[in-house]
Amino acid sequence: MIAPGTEPGLWRTARALAVRDLRMAWRRRGDVLQPVLFAVLVVVLFALALGREPQRLAADAIAVLWLAVLLAGQLALDALFRSDAEDGSLEQWLLAPVPLSWLVLVRVAMHWATTALPLIAISPLLAEMLHLPHDQLPMLLASLLLGTPLLSLIGGVVAALTVGLRRSGILVALLSLPLYVPVLVFGAGSVAAAARGQDPSGALLMLAAGLVAALVLAPLATAAALRISLS
Amino acid sequence: MLAAHGLSFTRDEDPVFGPLDFHVDAGEALLVQGDNGAGKTTLLRVLAGLLRPSDGRVSIDGRAAGTAERARFVAYLGHLPALKADLDTLENLHFLCGLHGRRARQMPGNALALVGLAGHEATLVRHLSAGQKRRLALARMWLSPAPVWLLDEPYANLDLDGITLVNRMISAHLRGGGAALVTTHGAYAAPPVRTRQLQLQVAA
Repeated sequence: MIAPGTEPGLWRTARALAVRDLRMAWRRRGDVLQPVLFAVLVVVLFALALGREPQRLAADAIAVLWLAVLLAGQLALDALFRSDAEDGSLEQWLLAPVPLSWLVLVRVAMHWATTALPLIAISPLLAEMLHLPHDQLPMLLASLLLGTPLLSLIGGVVAALTVGLRRSGILVALLSLPLYVPVLVFGAGSVAAAARGQDPSGALLMLAAGLVAALVLAPLATAAALRISLS
Repeated sequence: MLAAHGLSFTRDEDPVFGPLDFHVDAGEALLVQGDNGAGKTTLLRVLAGLLRPSDGRVSIDGRAAGTAERARFVAYLGHLPALKADLDTLENLHFLCGLHGRRARQMPGNALALVGLAGHEATLVRHLSAGQKRRLALARMWLSPAPVWLLDEPYANLDLDGITLVNRMISAHLRGGGAALVTTHGAYAAPPVRTRQLQLQVAA
């Protein structure tokens, strides 16, 4: 009889997948920069279109920043499962001794860390370009830190549904942007409320509640969608 | 070890194969033969649990095959290599071992040497030839702790030396108490082991 081998648990599979994703992100460092550059360009274009008055820019800064981050994340979304589907890695995920939803959760987390985290890191610079008042910066960062993981989790479901399609660039956007609306409303809304001197905690708590719900439900939905896409 | 009872698969009302009844015991190989389009790959994907059968059932080790049984008993080598082009050969094997577990006393480095990729430990997979990728995928099967191998056209892209390698690996795996299902469209040299045959016909 075959000698019993090592059976990987949740943490070992998660570590293996995380190490793999970080290695690949490091090998393709240029790709990680693309969403960041895109967000910078969106902000620059908005600034050019809005004119040079600092007050005017500052008034729209929150909306522009949130949209830039959201759209940049949107562009990176298609890469979430595509390469793993095309080279057969997902088939092996399905045969792993851990739930597919767990692998999906780890994958989305790594994708967030390599696409959204650089955006958050650069957002103070973008805020400066738009003359956002400095006292609003902590609120902006808090709303992005709560909002972007939520965007990644929701986007994961859509990316999984469309992974079987050959060209799905615009379809992913059409499906996911409506789902992003509540995140955008509460995310940008929290900063805007703080700017008006109102209490932003309500909006932030809604984001947090959404994030908790999505952490539990989105991986399950994504795993189901991947199974459908692969069969 | 692996058995199918009245197994059939239908895609959009068109029958692909079946109903099929067969079983593979420990130490046995099942050679699935058939022309292109006869449903060999579909059969293996159904057995691996990647597709749901239209009818019939699969049992593994006497129990109905569920996700947990498949994860413990089945290793699948498909047409797609499941290798990441931006990682080197050893990193790929380490990841797949992390995902599926590893056979006791087998190390990724030794497995690379076994399939003739010694000296390529730090080569990126994107720089490997199709045959070398196939060999790397075979190394992954060798490291897998699962006793049932589902091999979809394992001889594809391999040179003569590679074909004997596949046969040697299957023989060693079967001697160790494993089982293997091998699809092939041609009359390749079948591995010199206890072999059953399953002939698939293109559905009319």
